[in-house]
Amino acid sequence: MNISVADVEKVARLARLELSEEEKSLYAGQMAAILGYVEKLKELNTDGILPTSHAVPMENAFREDAVSPSIGIEKALANAPDRVESFYRVPKVIE
Amino acid sequence: MEATKAMLARIEAVEPQIGSFITVTHGQALADAEAADRRIASGEMTFLTGIPLAIKDIFLTEGIRTTCGSRMLDNFIPPYSATSWEKLHSHGAVLLGKLNQDEFAMGSSNESSAFGVCRNPWDRTCIPGGSSGGSAAAVAARQATATLGTDTGGSIRQPASHCGCVGLKPTYGRVSRYGVIAYASSLDQVGPLTRDVTDSAIMLGALAGHDPKDSTSVATPVPDYCAALTGTVKGLRIGLPKEYFIAGLDPDVQKTMDAAIETYRRLDAEFVDISLPHTDYAVATYYLIATAEASSNLARYDGVRFGHRAEDAAGLLDMYTRSRSQGFGAEVKRRIMLGTYALSSGYYDAYYVKAQKVRTLIMQDFMRAFGDVDVILTPVAPTPAFKIGEKSDDPLQMYLSDIFTIPVNLAGTCAMSVPAGFSAAGLPIGLQLIGKPFDEETILRAAHAFEQATEWHTRKAVI
Repeated sequence: MNISVADVEKVARLARLELSEEEKSLYAGQMAAILGYVEKLKELNTDGILPTSHAVPMENAFREDAVSPSIGIEKALANAPDRVESFYRVPKVIE
Repeated sequence: MEATKAMLARIEAVEPQIGSFITVTHGQALADAEAADRRIASGEMTFLTGIPLAIKDIFLTEGIRTTCGSRMLDNFIPPYSATSWEKLHSHGAVLLGKLNQDEFAMGSSNESSAFGVCRNPWDRTCIPGGSSGGSAAAVAARQATATLGTDTGGSIRQPASHCGCVGLKPTYGRVSRYGVIAYASSLDQVGPLTRDVTDSAIMLGALAGHDPKDSTSVATPVPDYCAALTGTVKGLRIGLPKEYFIAGLDPDVQKTMDAAIETYRRLDAEFVDISLPHTDYAVATYYLIATAEASSNLARYDGVRFGHRAEDAAGLLDMYTRSRSQGFGAEVKRRIMLGTYALSSGYYDAYYVKAQKVRTLIMQDFMRAFGDVDVILTPVAPTPAFKIGEKSDDPLQMYLSDIFTIPVNLAGTCAMSVPAGFSAAGLPIGLQLIGKPFDEETILRAAHAFEQATEWHTRKAVI
């Protein structure tokens, strides 16, 4: 398994992470080792096997569509890094 | 109140040597203790009223900082509490504080915490295990009567084994995950770490049950877990999976398992040789599914609504990227990268869907085995606690140390770690009892009978 620095940069961009040059080469090596290890799953024939996304057999979990109290604007915004009135403020999106 | 004050004094005395806590909630503890005293005076008490507990810093606590072991949440004050903590609190339990852990529960040694080293109370040069390292160390160092942890790939059982306490991972869906900071949502489960099996049964009884706020919690009735502790395992069919008793097992662990099997034989349990043929694929399966789910769950940390935000960003995208890069530590970044890779276009079927299919095979292994046996006995970890720093440079070696605990999370069933002996160097070794889905009663019964027949749980770390 070979993972290049360019591969790492592409994945980092998708994950919204910015890596230093040292991190890029470190992760390239480590990801190659880990992904090389997981290659062993290819030894198994899984034709006709259904994928499991949830271990407990469950039907849809329905509930009444009823209004219940929520925490309110002040509490919801209490952890905001930056706010204006009842809004979160972020840097400009469009140049 | 006396119990709480004694525990706070104990925390203050030994904390510099252990590092179990991220936050000690002194004021909250005294207020809770006062309320508990009033409740006791009015005669409305339960087993948990006034009992001083501490919880992993992954559980949201309204008005009390909750970090999940990460710089990302250094300043995060939750607006509501986790259901599991609310349930214990409603019994009158006292909150001593929030416990150290691997960052976002990603780790097997507690070394990825952004809030300092946590040490094993039995040997302070060793790791306590992880990710619920603080939860296990606090019980072993007698800094809390019991604690709460979470277990995604062994994060309750492995530290419990390394610190000589009882750790229970209930069946997926048995305990609400509402208000528990998500790592891998199809695997995460809440459970107690305690000094003995009776305490574990009491804690589970208080925690279990359906929660309308967690649609993956199930409505299966909650039995009286304490009533399950009959003291007898006569005729109990215990499975020994050959894939768990391998040549590379640490000799001290092997010796401990042999002695545990002998103990159960004396108690008239029956042993059955079984096979869980896909065991060897579990770690690979886990590190694809867990990282994929983590990369999605951790997308919420973008610096907009809460958590760390980078200063002076050039624009919105720059703010996301820099906030995340500054807030997350190395192990979290590594797992987000792996998960993003496994989910990315062109690799999704080869990695993620393939892993989900192998997960089905691993589940089928367990279901087949449980046709023949009532419980499965295995080691918890291949070795006793390792040294701090020993594996921190080699993530793959670290991941492989979870080989015996991960399959249980993939299968979604219940398991516990019970103190079963010590290595020659004096480090605790646990045995793992795996049960059928929603049959926590049988593993608690088996664990309790073992505890009655041995004295391992009475030994105390010298601090």
